Amino acid sequence: MLFVLPYVLLLALFGLFPVGYAVALAVSTPEGGFAGVANFVAVITDYRLPDSLVNVGAYVLIWLLALMVFVVGLALLTHQRFHGFSKVARFAFYLPGALAGSAAVLVWMFMLDPTVSPAAGLLNAVGIETFTQSTAPGHLALIFAVIAFWTGAGGWIVIMYGALNNIPTDLVEAAQVDGAGPLRIAWSIQLPLIRKWVAYMLIISFATGTQLFVEPQLLASATFGGVSESWSVNQLSLIYAFQYGDFNRAAALNVGLLALALIVAVFVIGKVKLFDTEA
Amino acid sequence: MAVTNNALDVTAEKTTPVGRQQRWVARLTPSWMIGTALWWVIVLGFMLFFVVPVLWLLLAPTKSDHSLVHEFWLSVGGWTDLSTAWNHLLAYQDGVILTWLGNSLLYSLGTMVIAVIACMLAGYGLAVMEFRGRKTILLLTMIVMMMPNAVLVLPLYLQAELMGTAGTPWAVILPMAMYPFGVYMVFIYYSTNLPRSIIDASRIDGCNEWGTFTRIALPLGTPAVALVSFFSFTSSWNNYFLPFVMLPQTDQYPVTVGLNNLLTSTPAFNPTVGSSGLSIYRPELALATLMAVVPVLIIFLFNQRALVSGMLAGANKE
Repeated sequence: MLFVLPYVLLLALFGLFPVGYAVALAVSTPEGGFAGVANFVAVITDYRLPDSLVNVGAYVLIWLLALMVFVVGLALLTHQRFHGFSKVARFAFYLPGALAGSAAVLVWMFMLDPTVSPAAGLLNAVGIETFTQSTAPGHLALIFAVIAFWTGAGGWIVIMYGALNNIPTDLVEAAQVDGAGPLRIAWSIQLPLIRKWVAYMLIISFATGTQLFVEPQLLASATFGGVSESWSVNQLSLIYAFQYGDFNRAAALNVGLLALALIVAVFVIGKVKLFDTEA
Repeated sequence: MAVTNNALDVTAEKTTPVGRQQRWVARLTPSWMIGTALWWVIVLGFMLFFVVPVLWLLLAPTKSDHSLVHEFWLSVGGWTDLSTAWNHLLAYQDGVILTWLGNSLLYSLGTMVIAVIACMLAGYGLAVMEFRGRKTILLLTMIVMMMPNAVLVLPLYLQAELMGTAGTPWAVILPMAMYPFGVYMVFIYYSTNLPRSIIDASRIDGCNEWGTFTRIALPLGTPAVALVSFFSFTSSWNNYFLPFVMLPQTDQYPVTVGLNNLLTSTPAFNPTVGSSGLSIYRPELALATLMAVVPVLIIFLFNQRALVSGMLAGANKE
């Protein structure tokens, strides 16, 4: 019992307490009185919220589609043949994970600047000549999805590859004997057997995606107003806290995000049963 | 070497002594070759997508801004340009970049030490002992582990404002040391790798709980210590949101937040900033970015195995 004490203290102080405090703030007035749902109504009717929701929604949608198609595709491909080279390839996919966070955003700002980008030819081909054109508001959801995919996909490919390795080889061999080609095997045997992991990846990524903060915040600082300071929902809640000093409304908006994350977490643990640790 | 497409005949293959080669030839069907060609196109294409930006970042600091714009991106610069970029970067706010790197190191190592101690103890306790509240702690651990870190940042900030700890290093170190993923990894590690009989034997030999942990479990748990250290260090080193919110003073920034500060004072992406004699251009910015990722990049390069096995911690349990 004493063994778990330090961790339980940390968990209570920096997990449970802040969440409880945020909920308490969200239903209070700045003077400390009970506010009911007033703070929630105020943030929901904020004119910036619909834009933020659409932005984050578009970003999450693009990102999840990319993850679903390319992570599963690349895991299947590198699982299928040339095992020596595939290992190298998987490491290459995984490497950008080291640059997660602000470094990745900076690197991609260079990649999107046609004057220095190695892919300048590609950018020019789609009619982009300047950095301002690259980071036009209509491109941002796609850009943030590319950055998130670039840093995170490799880790998921490794996980999917591990899941593919767990499929008994005699199952695949039996299908081969029955004359199934690689496509058929992927579609009818491998995909159904790793479906649970794909679902897990999408759900977790959905939860992470709704919390988008670093990418739009950095791009907003670099472009000085080129990118809206309330591009994502998390940025908007920070505007409430820092610019208006309105902790109650900031907390109300955050409680919405918290509830979403909590629902997702409980769903994964309860429904998907990936972490059935007591087995 | 009579290699023709007739070798498609699979029945012949098994009877010949050179079966291995025949079998290889037997796969040379048109569809197999198209498949292989596609395989290389797709896999190499994605390798380029993932690796080119990293390569660019490694090369950019060795070049002048002029050659970044006018030379082929794979060209290698020289020491002169690298040292120019280095001197410019060090001149920025009296070498504040070194302060940021030092801060990053302090926060990440501080987090790592506390997280490793707390995770090893808790993971072990949860794996080998029965006590009231054990299931609740496990469930809470998994719930918090599944929740994105970012969602707790604002509540943590509000809490720090309440307690007056905002602006101190502890406001970032302690929350980051609360590391449910680490507890879960250690828990899985001890549940699968530490036979009950060893613990029972040590108890019979007169070891108390603490002795069993320090003399038996901890020496056997070094791989878990390594895993938690790597993951905790890299995730706190890369953390941006929490220190951004908690630490208001420039000289307290970790390097991730420092990069943001550099960005706002360079004309690299926004010409309207104007050159205020700061000399922070693209090579300097690239050098700062590279310095910010080098520790984690090294960890990634030399600990691939450990990192991959950690990522699979959940998968293997399946």
